[in-house]
Amino acid sequence: MSELAVDTSSGHDSAALDSRHDHAPHDDHGGGHGHYTSLGLSNNKLGMWLFLGSECLLFGGLISTYMLYRGRTAKGPGPNQVYDIPFTSASSFVLLMSSLTMVLAVTAAKRRDDGNTRLWLSVTALLGAMFVGGQVYEFTGFYNEGLGFTTSLFSSSLYTLTGFHGVHVTVGIMMLMALRGILTKNRIVGDKAEVVELIGLYWHFVDIIWIIIFTLVYLIPA
Amino acid sequence: MSTDTVAHADRGHADDHGDHGDHGHGEHVDHPDSYYVKIALVLAAITAAEVALSYMDVGAAFLPTLLIMMAIKFVMVVLFFMHLRFDSKWFNMAFWTGLILAILVYVAALTTFRFFG
Repeated sequence: MSELAVDTSSGHDSAALDSRHDHAPHDDHGGGHGHYTSLGLSNNKLGMWLFLGSECLLFGGLISTYMLYRGRTAKGPGPNQVYDIPFTSASSFVLLMSSLTMVLAVTAAKRRDDGNTRLWLSVTALLGAMFVGGQVYEFTGFYNEGLGFTTSLFSSSLYTLTGFHGVHVTVGIMMLMALRGILTKNRIVGDKAEVVELIGLYWHFVDIIWIIIFTLVYLIPA
Repeated sequence: MSTDTVAHADRGHADDHGDHGDHGHGEHVDHPDSYYVKIALVLAAITAAEVALSYMDVGAAFLPTLLIMMAIKFVMVVLFFMHLRFDSKWFNMAFWTGLILAILVYVAALTTFRFFG
């Protein structure tokens, strides 16, 4: 569709259009893959990279807000009283390893090894669920120590930042499980490997955001 | 004009399949799983070093060292796990532009609030 739109707008003749179709990227699965820009790039992949670039601005705002307010604890507990560095380090390690399992899913998809693709997607989702479970446990601990969402500017900015990240991980888990289901039913239209890669890009992005949050929020004292 | 555009499209397509790595984008490099395992081990080691550093007293070197280790981990995941090192320059541009813009905007905002001094 996008290819047609590009060709129509730039006034290409039918020979040129045929030429481009002759060289259309291979569709290994017969599903009509071929939504490529005039640069020869996948529209889906370009869209995902642009989305991730814009997400940097979202998380940049949340991280900056936290950095500004982390010292504003009012009468509530501060970062040094509530953070459990060993526990959060273990959670970070789990999320980091989920990036490894995700990339293994992508390489398996590129090898057209559906069995291993599904396996690594499941392991990635499981590790992601462990991370989110850890975050829920951590939030419960914070709350029990008297750190509610409205206790202070510090608590509001902390819950908003880490909560937003947790929601992103949760959405990633849902996408992974949905992808696994669609793969099982063999209902992917187009290039399977690219679809797995797109979900993988999103998953790695939530990992790199956590790399920043872990260092700036947890390891650097207020 | 039509021919130029078609040639451009074909060139882009060829890049996507690794035929023209000299254009600097679209090289498809397949690595064995062990390659990614090694990278993950390096990332885990850096994370362990970060945590260890947070318990040590290294004075003024603490903050820059921690930030450098964070940046190394970030770049490693983006370049190797997200394959940006081997992918199109346009994808690189889309991502790094967003990131650099975010850094500039929020450093400016934090400076406005006198965060750094």
